[in-house]
Amino acid sequence: MHKCVFKLKGFYSLVNNRNCSQLSSIRLLSTDLRFSIKDEVCEGRPLYLDAQATTPLDPRVLDCMLPYLTSFYGNPHSRTHAYGWESEHAVEKARMQVANLIGADPKEIVFTSGATESNNISIKGVARFYSGKKKHVITTQTEHKCVLDSCRALEGEGFKVTYLPVNQNGLISLENLEKAITPETSLVSIMTVNNEIGVKQPVAEIGRICKSKKVFFHTDAAQAVGKIPIDVNSMNIDLMSISGHKIYGPKGVGALYVRRRPRVRIEALQSGGGQERGLRSGTVPTPLVVGMGEACDIAISDMEYDHKWMEKLSKRLMDQIFEKLSHVIRNGDPVHSYPGCINLSFAYVEGESLLMALKDVALSSGSACTSASLEPSYVLRAIGADEDLAHSSIRFGIGRFTTIDEVDYTAQKCIHHVTRLREMSPLWEMVQEGVDLKTIQWSQH
Amino acid sequence: MHSRQQILSLYKSLMKESNKFSSYNYRNYALRRIRDAFRENMNLTDNNQITKIVKDGYRNLEIIKRQVLIGDLYKSDKLVIENVKLLA
Repeated sequence: MHKCVFKLKGFYSLVNNRNCSQLSSIRLLSTDLRFSIKDEVCEGRPLYLDAQATTPLDPRVLDCMLPYLTSFYGNPHSRTHAYGWESEHAVEKARMQVANLIGADPKEIVFTSGATESNNISIKGVARFYSGKKKHVITTQTEHKCVLDSCRALEGEGFKVTYLPVNQNGLISLENLEKAITPETSLVSIMTVNNEIGVKQPVAEIGRICKSKKVFFHTDAAQAVGKIPIDVNSMNIDLMSISGHKIYGPKGVGALYVRRRPRVRIEALQSGGGQERGLRSGTVPTPLVVGMGEACDIAISDMEYDHKWMEKLSKRLMDQIFEKLSHVIRNGDPVHSYPGCINLSFAYVEGESLLMALKDVALSSGSACTSASLEPSYVLRAIGADEDLAHSSIRFGIGRFTTIDEVDYTAQKCIHHVTRLREMSPLWEMVQEGVDLKTIQWSQH
Repeated sequence: MHSRQQILSLYKSLMKESNKFSSYNYRNYALRRIRDAFRENMNLTDNNQITKIVKDGYRNLEIIKRQVLIGDLYKSDKLVIENVKLLA
Protein backbone atom coordinates (compact mmCIF):
# COMPACT_ATOMS: atom_id res chain seq x y z
CA MET A 1 0.00 0.00 0.00
CA HIS A 2 2.78 2.38 0.97
CA LYS A 3 4.58 1.63 -2.23
CA CYS A 4 1.49 2.51 -4.22
CA VAL A 5 1.12 5.87 -2.56
CA PHE A 6 4.73 6.69 -3.27
CA LYS A 7 4.33 5.61 -6.86
CA LEU A 8 1.31 7.83 -7.27
CA LYS A 9 3.16 10.78 -5.76
CA GLY A 10 6.00 10.02 -8.10
CA PHE A 11 3.62 10.02 -11.00
CA TYR A 12 2.16 13.39 -10.15
CA SER A 13 5.52 15.01 -9.64
CA LEU A 14 6.53 13.57 -12.96
CA VAL A 15 3.42 14.88 -14.63
CA ASN A 16 4.12 18.33 -13.21
CA ASN A 17 7.71 18.18 -14.33
CA ARG A 18 6.66 17.39 -17.83
CA ASN A 19 4.20 20.29 -17.77
CA CYS A 20 1.39 18.07 -18.79
CA SER A 21 -1.00 18.39 -15.87
CA GLN A 22 -3.57 19.03 -18.58
CA LEU A 23 -3.15 15.44 -19.55
CA SER A 24 -4.34 14.07 -16.25
CA SER A 25 -7.47 16.20 -16.32
CA ILE A 26 -8.25 14.90 -19.78
CA ARG A 27 -7.87 11.43 -18.40
CA LEU A 28 -10.19 12.20 -15.53
CA LEU A 29 -12.82 13.53 -17.88
CA SER A 30 -12.58 10.58 -20.19
CA THR A 31 -12.96 8.06 -17.38
CA ASP A 32 -16.48 6.95 -16.70
CA LEU A 33 -16.83 7.80 -13.02
CA ARG A 34 -20.32 6.43 -12.74
CA PHE A 35 -19.13 2.96 -13.51
CA SER A 36 -20.10 0.44 -10.88
CA ILE A 37 -19.07 -3.17 -11.10
CA LYS A 38 -22.33 -4.14 -9.44
CA ASP A 39 -24.31 -3.01 -12.49
CA GLU A 40 -22.36 -5.36 -14.69
CA VAL A 41 -22.63 -8.56 -12.72
CA CYS A 42 -25.34 -10.75 -14.17
CA GLU A 43 -27.48 -13.21 -12.28
CA GLY A 44 -26.35 -16.80 -12.20
CA ARG A 45 -23.42 -19.03 -11.50
CA PRO A 46 -20.08 -18.06 -13.05
CA LEU A 47 -18.77 -19.87 -16.10
CA TYR A 48 -16.00 -22.34 -15.39
CA LEU A 49 -12.75 -21.67 -17.21
CA ASP A 50 -10.23 -23.09 -14.77
CA ALA A 51 -9.74 -26.60 -16.16
CA GLN A 52 -6.15 -26.77 -14.84
CA ALA A 53 -7.31 -26.48 -11.23
CA THR A 54 -9.84 -29.26 -11.56
CA THR A 55 -12.38 -30.58 -14.03
CA PRO A 56 -16.03 -31.50 -13.50
CA LEU A 57 -16.84 -35.17 -13.10
CA ASP A 58 -17.92 -36.73 -16.38
CA PRO A 59 -21.47 -38.15 -16.06
CA ARG A 60 -20.22 -41.44 -17.56
CA VAL A 61 -17.64 -41.64 -14.77
CA LEU A 62 -20.20 -40.99 -12.07
CA ASP A 63 -22.41 -43.67 -13.59
CA CYS A 64 -19.63 -46.25 -13.17
CA MET A 65 -18.83 -45.13 -9.63
CA LEU A 66 -22.32 -45.16 -8.17
CA PRO A 67 -22.73 -48.95 -7.81
CA TYR A 68 -19.51 -49.02 -5.76
CA LEU A 69 -20.79 -46.24 -3.52
CA THR A 70 -24.02 -48.13 -2.86
CA SER A 71 -24.30 -51.90 -3.37
CA PHE A 72 -20.72 -53.09 -3.83
CA TYR A 73 -19.02 -51.83 -0.70
CA GLY A 74 -16.61 -54.69 -0.08
CA ASN A 75 -12.98 -54.10 0.84
CA PRO A 76 -10.98 -54.96 -2.29
CA HIS A 77 -8.34 -56.59 -0.07
CA SER A 78 -10.79 -59.02 1.58
CA ARG A 79 -9.94 -62.39 0.10
CA THR A 80 -12.46 -64.48 2.04
CA HIS A 81 -15.80 -63.45 0.57
CA ALA A 82 -17.63 -62.33 -2.55
CA TYR A 83 -17.87 -58.71 -1.39
CA GLY A 84 -14.11 -58.49 -1.46
CA TRP A 85 -13.77 -60.34 -4.75
CA GLU A 86 -16.15 -58.11 -6.69
CA SER A 87 -14.37 -54.98 -5.43
CA GLU A 88 -10.98 -56.46 -6.20
CA HIS A 89 -12.14 -57.32 -9.69
CA ALA A 90 -13.29 -53.72 -10.22
CA VAL A 91 -9.99 -52.33 -8.94
CA GLU A 92 -8.00 -54.61 -11.23
CA LYS A 93 -10.13 -53.60 -14.21
CA ALA A 94 -9.47 -49.94 -13.40
CA ARG A 95 -5.75 -50.67 -13.09
CA MET A 96 -5.82 -52.11 -16.59
CA GLN A 97 -7.68 -49.08 -17.95
CA VAL A 98 -5.10 -46.70 -16.48
CA ALA A 99 -2.24 -48.83 -17.80
CA ASN A 100 -3.77 -48.93 -21.30
CA LEU A 101 -3.89 -45.16 -21.48
CA ILE A 102 -0.13 -44.81 -20.96
CA GLY A 103 1.05 -48.02 -22.59
CA ALA A 104 2.10 -49.66 -19.33
CA ASP A 105 1.57 -53.06 -17.74
CA PRO A 106 -1.23 -53.12 -15.11
CA LYS A 107 1.27 -54.42 -12.55
CA GLU A 108 3.20 -51.17 -12.87
CA ILE A 109 0.30 -48.99 -11.66
CA VAL A 110 0.01 -48.04 -7.99
CA PHE A 111 -3.12 -46.21 -6.82
CA THR A 112 -2.53 -43.20 -4.56
CA SER A 113 -4.56 -40.31 -3.24
CA GLY A 114 -3.52 -37.96 -6.06
CA ALA A 115 -0.64 -36.57 -8.03
CA THR A 116 0.82 -34.83 -4.98
CA GLU A 117 1.20 -38.14 -3.19
CA SER A 118 2.54 -39.80 -6.33
CA ASN A 119 5.15 -37.06 -6.65
CA ASN A 120 6.13 -37.37 -3.01
CA ILE A 121 6.47 -41.15 -3.21
CA SER A 122 8.56 -41.05 -6.36
CA ILE A 123 10.91 -38.23 -5.42
CA LYS A 124 11.48 -39.01 -1.76
CA GLY A 125 11.11 -42.76 -2.26
CA VAL A 126 13.65 -43.12 -5.06
CA ALA A 127 16.12 -40.62 -3.61
CA ARG A 128 16.05 -42.26 -0.20
CA PHE A 129 16.32 -45.82 -1.52
CA TYR A 130 19.45 -45.05 -3.53
CA SER A 131 20.86 -42.59 -0.98
CA GLY A 132 23.69 -44.95 -0.05
CA LYS A 133 25.53 -44.25 -3.29
CA LYS A 134 23.73 -41.38 -4.96
CA LYS A 135 22.70 -38.16 -3.27
CA HIS A 136 21.77 -35.84 -6.11
CA VAL A 137 18.37 -35.01 -7.65
CA ILE A 138 17.60 -32.78 -10.64
CA THR A 139 14.37 -30.88 -11.19
CA THR A 140 13.28 -27.59 -12.77
CA GLN A 141 12.29 -24.21 -11.39
CA THR A 142 8.81 -24.37 -12.90
CA GLU A 143 7.67 -27.63 -11.27
CA HIS A 144 4.53 -27.87 -9.20
CA LYS A 145 4.88 -26.84 -5.55
CA CYS A 146 4.69 -30.45 -4.31
CA VAL A 147 7.74 -31.45 -6.35
CA LEU A 148 9.71 -28.40 -5.24
CA ASP A 149 8.70 -28.96 -1.64
CA SER A 150 9.66 -32.64 -1.74
CA CYS A 151 13.06 -31.59 -3.07
CA ARG A 152 13.34 -29.00 -0.33
CA ALA A 153 12.68 -31.77 2.21
CA LEU A 154 15.42 -33.88 0.62
CA GLU A 155 17.84 -30.97 0.88
CA GLY A 156 17.14 -30.98 4.61
CA GLU A 157 18.20 -34.63 4.68
CA GLY A 158 21.54 -33.83 3.09
CA PHE A 159 20.73 -34.40 -0.59
CA LYS A 160 21.96 -32.06 -3.28
CA VAL A 161 19.23 -30.72 -5.58
CA THR A 162 19.74 -28.93 -8.90
CA TYR A 163 16.88 -26.65 -9.94
CA LEU A 164 17.30 -26.27 -13.70
CA PRO A 165 16.37 -22.86 -15.10
CA VAL A 166 14.03 -22.67 -18.09
CA ASN A 167 14.26 -20.61 -21.26
CA GLN A 168 11.96 -17.67 -21.92
CA ASN A 169 9.49 -19.98 -23.64
CA GLY A 170 9.30 -22.16 -20.54
CA LEU A 171 11.19 -25.13 -22.00
CA ILE A 172 14.30 -26.55 -20.40
CA SER A 173 17.52 -26.74 -22.34
CA LEU A 174 18.55 -30.35 -22.95
CA GLU A 175 22.22 -29.32 -22.92
CA ASN A 176 21.86 -27.91 -19.43
CA LEU A 177 20.17 -31.10 -18.31
CA GLU A 178 22.95 -33.25 -19.74
CA LYS A 179 25.57 -31.10 -18.04
CA ALA A 180 23.75 -31.25 -14.72
CA ILE A 181 23.68 -35.05 -14.57
CA THR A 182 26.57 -36.42 -12.53
CA PRO A 183 27.47 -39.99 -11.46
CA GLU A 184 25.92 -38.99 -8.13
CA THR A 185 22.50 -38.30 -9.69
CA SER A 186 19.75 -40.77 -8.86
CA LEU A 187 16.65 -39.04 -10.23
CA VAL A 188 15.54 -36.43 -12.73
CA SER A 189 12.03 -35.05 -12.19
CA ILE A 190 10.55 -32.85 -14.93
CA MET A 191 6.86 -32.23 -15.48
CA THR A 192 5.25 -33.08 -18.82
CA VAL A 193 2.78 -30.20 -19.15
CA ASN A 194 3.12 -27.14 -16.94
CA ASN A 195 0.05 -26.33 -14.88
CA GLU A 196 0.38 -22.56 -15.20
CA ILE A 197 1.59 -21.89 -18.72
CA GLY A 198 0.69 -25.17 -20.45
CA VAL A 199 4.18 -25.70 -21.86
CA LYS A 200 5.00 -29.25 -23.02
CA GLN A 201 8.54 -30.29 -22.12
CA PRO A 202 10.38 -32.55 -24.57
CA VAL A 203 9.74 -35.62 -22.45
CA ALA A 204 10.87 -38.19 -25.01
CA GLU A 205 14.27 -36.49 -25.41
CA ILE A 206 14.67 -36.11 -21.66
CA GLY A 207 13.83 -39.81 -21.26
CA ARG A 208 16.46 -40.72 -23.84
CA ILE A 209 19.14 -38.66 -22.07
CA CYS A 210 18.25 -40.15 -18.68
CA LYS A 211 18.31 -43.66 -20.06
CA SER A 212 21.73 -43.18 -21.66
CA LYS A 213 23.09 -41.79 -18.38
CA LYS A 214 21.37 -44.53 -16.33
CA VAL A 215 19.40 -42.06 -14.22
CA PHE A 216 15.77 -42.62 -13.26
CA PHE A 217 13.32 -40.25 -14.92
CA HIS A 218 10.17 -39.17 -13.11
CA THR A 219 7.57 -36.95 -14.75
CA ASP A 220 4.60 -35.22 -13.18
CA ALA A 221 2.01 -35.79 -15.89
CA ALA A 222 -1.07 -34.67 -13.94
CA GLN A 223 -1.89 -32.08 -16.62
CA ALA A 224 -0.88 -34.27 -19.55
CA VAL A 225 -2.28 -37.77 -19.13
CA GLY A 226 -5.50 -38.21 -21.06
CA LYS A 227 -4.96 -34.96 -22.93
CA ILE A 228 -1.90 -35.66 -25.04
CA PRO A 229 -0.63 -39.09 -26.17
CA ILE A 230 1.83 -40.59 -23.68
CA ASP A 231 3.63 -43.88 -23.92
CA VAL A 232 5.91 -44.71 -21.03
CA ASN A 233 7.99 -47.14 -23.07
CA SER A 234 8.67 -45.07 -26.17
CA MET A 235 9.31 -42.01 -23.97
CA ASN A 236 11.57 -43.93 -21.54
CA ILE A 237 9.67 -42.78 -18.48
CA ASP A 238 10.51 -44.64 -15.25
CA LEU A 239 8.02 -43.04 -12.89
CA MET A 240 4.93 -41.00 -13.69
CA SER A 241 2.34 -39.23 -11.54
CA ILE A 242 -1.28 -39.19 -12.65
CA SER A 243 -4.22 -37.35 -11.12
CA GLY A 244 -7.88 -38.42 -11.29
CA HIS A 245 -9.62 -35.07 -11.06
CA LYS A 246 -7.73 -33.45 -13.93
CA ILE A 247 -9.15 -35.96 -16.40
CA TYR A 248 -12.85 -35.59 -15.48
CA GLY A 249 -12.51 -38.24 -12.76
CA PRO A 250 -13.15 -37.93 -9.02
CA LYS A 251 -10.97 -35.96 -6.59
CA GLY A 252 -8.92 -37.83 -4.01
CA VAL A 253 -7.48 -40.46 -6.30
CA GLY A 254 -4.37 -40.65 -8.42
CA ALA A 255 -1.91 -43.16 -9.72
CA LEU A 256 1.79 -43.69 -9.89
CA TYR A 257 3.45 -45.58 -12.69
CA VAL A 258 6.60 -47.41 -11.53
CA ARG A 259 8.66 -49.26 -14.12
CA ARG A 260 9.31 -52.94 -13.44
CA ARG A 261 11.92 -53.66 -16.10
CA PRO A 262 14.50 -52.39 -15.29
CA ARG A 263 13.08 -52.23 -11.83
CA VAL A 264 12.80 -48.92 -10.02
CA ARG A 265 13.02 -49.42 -6.28
CA ILE A 266 11.26 -47.14 -3.87
CA GLU A 267 11.30 -46.66 -0.13
CA ALA A 268 7.61 -46.44 0.86
CA LEU A 269 6.56 -43.32 2.77
CA GLN A 270 3.57 -44.88 4.49
CA SER A 271 3.71 -47.96 6.72
CA GLY A 272 0.71 -50.23 6.93
CA GLY A 273 -1.02 -53.30 5.57
CA GLY A 274 1.21 -53.60 2.53
CA GLN A 275 -1.43 -52.87 -0.12
CA GLU A 276 -0.30 -51.83 -3.61
CA ARG A 277 2.85 -53.99 -3.34
CA GLY A 278 3.78 -52.23 -0.11
CA LEU A 279 4.44 -48.97 -1.96
CA ARG A 280 1.26 -47.33 -0.73
CA SER A 281 -0.40 -49.00 2.22
CA GLY A 282 -4.02 -48.23 2.99
CA THR A 283 -7.30 -49.60 1.65
CA VAL A 284 -7.74 -48.74 -2.01
CA PRO A 285 -10.90 -46.58 -2.41
CA THR A 286 -12.84 -48.76 -4.87
CA PRO A 287 -15.38 -46.17 -6.11
CA LEU A 288 -12.74 -43.52 -6.76
CA VAL A 289 -10.43 -45.97 -8.48
CA VAL A 290 -13.28 -47.29 -10.64
CA GLY A 291 -14.09 -43.70 -11.60
CA MET A 292 -10.50 -42.96 -12.50
CA GLY A 293 -10.35 -46.13 -14.60
CA GLU A 294 -13.45 -45.12 -16.53
CA ALA A 295 -12.08 -41.59 -16.97
CA CYS A 296 -8.93 -43.10 -18.51
CA ASP A 297 -11.04 -45.34 -20.74
CA ILE A 298 -12.98 -42.33 -22.05
CA ALA A 299 -9.70 -40.47 -22.53
CA ILE A 300 -8.39 -43.28 -24.75
CA SER A 301 -11.37 -43.09 -27.10
CA ASP A 302 -11.95 -39.33 -26.94
CA MET A 303 -8.46 -37.84 -26.70
CA GLU A 304 -8.24 -36.88 -30.34
CA TYR A 305 -11.79 -35.52 -30.42
CA ASP A 306 -11.28 -33.47 -27.25
CA HIS A 307 -7.92 -32.17 -28.43
CA LYS A 308 -9.46 -30.83 -31.65
CA TRP A 309 -12.11 -29.08 -29.57
CA MET A 310 -9.48 -27.46 -27.31
CA GLU A 311 -7.54 -26.28 -30.36
CA LYS A 312 -10.67 -24.77 -31.87
CA LEU A 313 -11.74 -22.99 -28.66
CA SER A 314 -8.31 -21.71 -27.69
CA LYS A 315 -7.77 -20.33 -31.19
CA ARG A 316 -11.16 -18.65 -31.02
CA LEU A 317 -10.39 -17.11 -27.63
CA MET A 318 -6.98 -15.84 -28.63
CA ASP A 319 -8.11 -14.53 -32.02
CA GLN A 320 -10.79 -12.42 -30.38
CA ILE A 321 -8.53 -11.07 -27.63
CA PHE A 322 -5.54 -10.33 -29.85
CA GLU A 323 -7.75 -8.67 -32.46
CA LYS A 324 -9.24 -6.18 -30.01
CA LEU A 325 -6.42 -5.63 -27.53
CA SER A 326 -2.82 -4.60 -27.98
CA HIS A 327 -0.01 -5.23 -25.50
CA VAL A 328 -1.17 -8.74 -24.65
CA ILE A 329 1.58 -11.32 -24.18
CA ARG A 330 1.10 -15.07 -24.23
CA ASN A 331 3.30 -16.69 -21.59
CA GLY A 332 5.04 -19.89 -22.56
CA ASP A 333 5.92 -21.41 -25.89
CA PRO A 334 3.01 -21.04 -28.35
CA VAL A 335 3.90 -24.21 -30.28
CA HIS A 336 5.09 -26.67 -27.65
CA SER A 337 2.09 -26.29 -25.43
CA TYR A 338 -1.24 -27.83 -24.58
CA PRO A 339 -4.02 -25.77 -26.20
CA GLY A 340 -6.40 -26.10 -23.24
CA CYS A 341 -4.17 -23.85 -21.09
CA ILE A 342 -3.64 -20.27 -22.19
CA ASN A 343 -1.75 -17.89 -19.94
CA LEU A 344 -1.98 -14.26 -21.02
CA SER A 345 -0.45 -11.13 -19.53
CA PHE A 346 -2.43 -7.95 -20.08
CA ALA A 347 0.12 -5.18 -19.79
CA TYR A 348 -0.79 -2.11 -17.66
CA VAL A 349 -3.67 -3.99 -16.03
CA GLU A 350 -3.38 -5.49 -12.58
CA GLY A 351 -4.31 -9.16 -12.78
CA GLU A 352 -6.20 -9.26 -9.50
CA SER A 353 -8.41 -6.30 -10.41
CA LEU A 354 -9.20 -7.92 -13.73
CA LEU A 355 -10.11 -11.17 -11.96
CA MET A 356 -12.38 -9.21 -9.64
CA ALA A 357 -14.04 -7.48 -12.57
CA LEU A 358 -14.52 -10.82 -14.32
CA LYS A 359 -16.66 -12.08 -11.48
CA ASP A 360 -18.96 -14.10 -13.70
CA VAL A 361 -16.13 -16.19 -15.12
CA ALA A 362 -14.15 -18.54 -12.86
CA LEU A 363 -10.55 -17.84 -13.79
CA SER A 364 -7.25 -17.92 -12.00
CA SER A 365 -3.99 -16.03 -12.20
CA GLY A 366 -1.99 -19.21 -11.77
CA SER A 367 -2.00 -22.39 -9.76
CA ALA A 368 -4.91 -22.96 -7.39
CA CYS A 369 -2.50 -23.77 -4.54
CA THR A 370 -1.00 -20.28 -4.62
CA SER A 371 -4.13 -18.34 -5.61
CA ALA A 372 -4.59 -17.10 -2.05
CA SER A 373 -1.41 -15.03 -2.16
CA LEU A 374 -0.91 -11.86 -4.14
CA GLU A 375 2.70 -12.73 -4.92
CA PRO A 376 3.33 -13.06 -8.65
CA SER A 377 3.73 -16.62 -9.86
CA TYR A 378 7.19 -18.17 -9.49
CA VAL A 379 6.67 -19.94 -12.83
CA LEU A 380 6.30 -16.62 -14.63
CA ARG A 381 9.32 -15.23 -12.85
CA ALA A 382 11.30 -18.32 -13.88
CA ILE A 383 10.53 -17.69 -17.56
CA GLY A 384 11.87 -14.17 -17.10
CA ALA A 385 8.60 -12.26 -17.25
CA ASP A 386 8.93 -8.72 -15.93
CA GLU A 387 7.50 -8.12 -12.48
CA ASP A 388 4.64 -6.02 -13.85
CA LEU A 389 3.71 -8.60 -16.48
CA ALA A 390 3.86 -11.39 -13.91
CA HIS A 391 1.35 -9.41 -11.87
CA SER A 392 -1.03 -9.05 -14.80
CA SER A 393 -1.37 -12.65 -15.91
CA ILE A 394 -4.54 -14.68 -16.23
CA ARG A 395 -4.86 -18.36 -17.01
CA PHE A 396 -7.72 -19.52 -19.22
CA GLY A 397 -8.39 -23.24 -18.78
CA ILE A 398 -10.56 -24.86 -21.42
CA GLY A 399 -12.03 -28.29 -20.86
CA ARG A 400 -14.17 -30.98 -22.45
CA PHE A 401 -17.39 -29.31 -21.29
CA THR A 402 -16.53 -25.74 -22.32
CA THR A 403 -18.79 -24.36 -25.04
CA ILE A 404 -18.21 -21.87 -27.84
CA ASP A 405 -20.67 -19.45 -26.25
CA GLU A 406 -18.72 -19.53 -22.99
CA VAL A 407 -15.49 -18.70 -24.80
CA ASP A 408 -17.13 -15.83 -26.67
CA TYR A 409 -18.65 -14.46 -23.49
CA THR A 410 -15.31 -14.65 -21.69
CA ALA A 411 -13.41 -12.99 -24.52
CA GLN A 412 -15.98 -10.22 -24.78
CA LYS A 413 -15.99 -9.53 -21.02
CA CYS A 414 -12.23 -9.69 -20.88
CA ILE A 415 -11.79 -7.18 -23.71
CA HIS A 416 -14.36 -4.86 -22.13
CA HIS A 417 -12.74 -4.85 -18.69
CA VAL A 418 -9.14 -4.63 -19.88
CA THR A 419 -10.09 -1.60 -21.96
CA ARG A 420 -11.92 -0.05 -19.01
CA LEU A 421 -9.09 -0.66 -16.54
CA ARG A 422 -6.53 0.66 -18.97
CA GLU A 423 -8.52 3.86 -19.44
CA MET A 424 -8.18 4.45 -15.71
CA SER A 425 -4.47 3.73 -15.65
CA PRO A 426 -2.00 6.61 -15.74
CA LEU A 427 0.64 4.22 -17.00
CA TRP A 428 -1.46 3.23 -20.00
CA GLU A 429 -1.96 6.88 -20.85
CA MET A 430 1.75 7.51 -20.74
CA VAL A 431 2.36 4.56 -23.02
CA GLN A 432 -0.18 5.98 -25.46
CA GLU A 433 1.74 9.26 -25.29
CA GLY A 434 4.86 7.39 -26.31
CA VAL A 435 6.66 7.43 -22.96
CA ASP A 436 8.86 4.41 -22.40
CA LEU A 437 8.00 3.40 -18.84
CA LYS A 438 11.31 1.63 -18.37
CA THR A 439 13.20 4.90 -18.69
CA ILE A 440 11.29 6.62 -15.89
CA GLN A 441 13.13 7.19 -12.64
CA TRP A 442 10.40 6.94 -10.03
CA SER A 443 11.26 9.60 -7.47
CA GLN A 444 10.50 7.54 -4.39
CA HIS A 445 10.47 3.77 -4.19
CA MET B 1 -27.69 -55.88 -39.03
CA HIS B 2 -29.32 -52.58 -38.19
CA SER B 3 -31.70 -50.79 -40.46
CA ARG B 4 -31.33 -47.11 -41.22
CA GLN B 5 -34.52 -46.52 -39.29
CA GLN B 6 -33.25 -48.24 -36.16
CA ILE B 7 -30.12 -46.12 -36.16
CA LEU B 8 -32.06 -42.93 -36.78
CA SER B 9 -34.36 -43.71 -33.89
CA LEU B 10 -31.34 -44.33 -31.64
CA TYR B 11 -29.99 -40.95 -32.69
CA LYS B 12 -33.29 -39.28 -31.96
CA SER B 13 -33.67 -40.80 -28.52
CA LEU B 14 -30.07 -39.96 -27.62
CA MET B 15 -30.63 -36.33 -28.59
CA LYS B 16 -33.99 -36.19 -26.86
CA GLU B 17 -32.62 -37.57 -23.60
CA SER B 18 -29.48 -35.38 -23.70
CA ASN B 19 -31.64 -32.31 -24.07
CA LYS B 20 -33.02 -33.07 -20.61
CA PHE B 21 -29.67 -32.58 -18.82
CA SER B 22 -30.25 -29.74 -16.38
CA SER B 23 -26.57 -28.78 -16.45
CA TYR B 24 -25.76 -26.40 -19.29
CA ASN B 25 -22.31 -27.86 -19.87
CA TYR B 26 -23.30 -31.53 -19.77
CA ARG B 27 -26.26 -30.89 -22.05
CA ASN B 28 -24.26 -29.05 -24.67
CA TYR B 29 -21.42 -31.54 -24.55
CA ALA B 30 -23.74 -34.53 -24.94
CA LEU B 31 -25.58 -33.00 -27.91
CA ARG B 32 -22.34 -32.06 -29.63
CA ARG B 33 -20.68 -35.41 -28.92
CA ILE B 34 -23.62 -37.45 -30.21
CA ARG B 35 -23.99 -35.37 -33.35
CA ASP B 36 -20.27 -35.60 -34.13
CA ALA B 37 -20.09 -39.33 -33.41
CA PHE B 38 -22.96 -40.13 -35.78
CA ARG B 39 -21.49 -37.90 -38.46
CA GLU B 40 -18.07 -39.49 -38.02
CA ASN B 41 -19.45 -43.03 -38.35
CA MET B 42 -21.95 -42.23 -41.10
CA ASN B 43 -20.06 -44.05 -43.82
CA LEU B 44 -19.13 -47.20 -41.92
CA THR B 45 -19.76 -50.40 -43.87
CA ASP B 46 -18.28 -53.12 -41.64
CA ASN B 47 -21.28 -54.79 -40.01
CA ASN B 48 -19.41 -56.01 -36.94
CA GLN B 49 -18.14 -52.55 -36.24
CA ILE B 50 -21.59 -51.03 -36.73
CA THR B 51 -23.12 -53.56 -34.33
CA LYS B 52 -20.49 -52.72 -31.74
CA ILE B 53 -20.99 -48.97 -32.04
CA VAL B 54 -24.77 -49.23 -31.97
CA LYS B 55 -24.56 -51.37 -28.84
CA ASP B 56 -22.37 -48.66 -27.33
CA GLY B 57 -24.99 -46.10 -28.29
CA TYR B 58 -27.72 -48.00 -26.43
CA ARG B 59 -25.45 -48.33 -23.40
CA ASN B 60 -24.84 -44.58 -23.48
CA LEU B 61 -28.57 -43.93 -23.80
CA GLU B 62 -29.12 -45.77 -20.51
CA ILE B 63 -26.29 -43.79 -18.87
CA ILE B 64 -27.77 -40.50 -20.07
CA LYS B 65 -31.23 -41.42 -18.76
CA ARG B 66 -29.81 -42.22 -15.31
CA GLN B 67 -27.54 -39.17 -15.20
CA VAL B 68 -30.36 -36.82 -16.21
CA LEU B 69 -32.27 -38.11 -13.20
CA ILE B 70 -29.32 -37.55 -10.86
CA GLY B 71 -28.74 -34.12 -12.32
CA ASP B 72 -32.36 -33.25 -11.57
CA LEU B 73 -31.96 -34.38 -7.97
CA TYR B 74 -29.00 -32.09 -7.31
CA LYS B 75 -29.72 -29.06 -9.45
CA SER B 76 -27.72 -25.85 -9.19
CA ASP B 77 -28.58 -22.33 -10.28
CA LYS B 78 -28.42 -21.50 -13.94
CA LEU B 79 -25.18 -20.17 -15.38
CA VAL B 80 -24.70 -16.49 -16.19
CA ILE B 81 -24.67 -17.28 -19.87
CA GLU B 82 -28.07 -18.99 -19.77
CA ASN B 83 -29.63 -15.98 -18.07
CA VAL B 84 -28.07 -13.59 -20.57
CA LYS B 85 -29.75 -15.57 -23.33
CA LEU B 86 -33.08 -15.35 -21.57
CA LEU B 87 -32.79 -11.57 -21.40
CA ALA B 88 -31.76 -11.20 -25.01
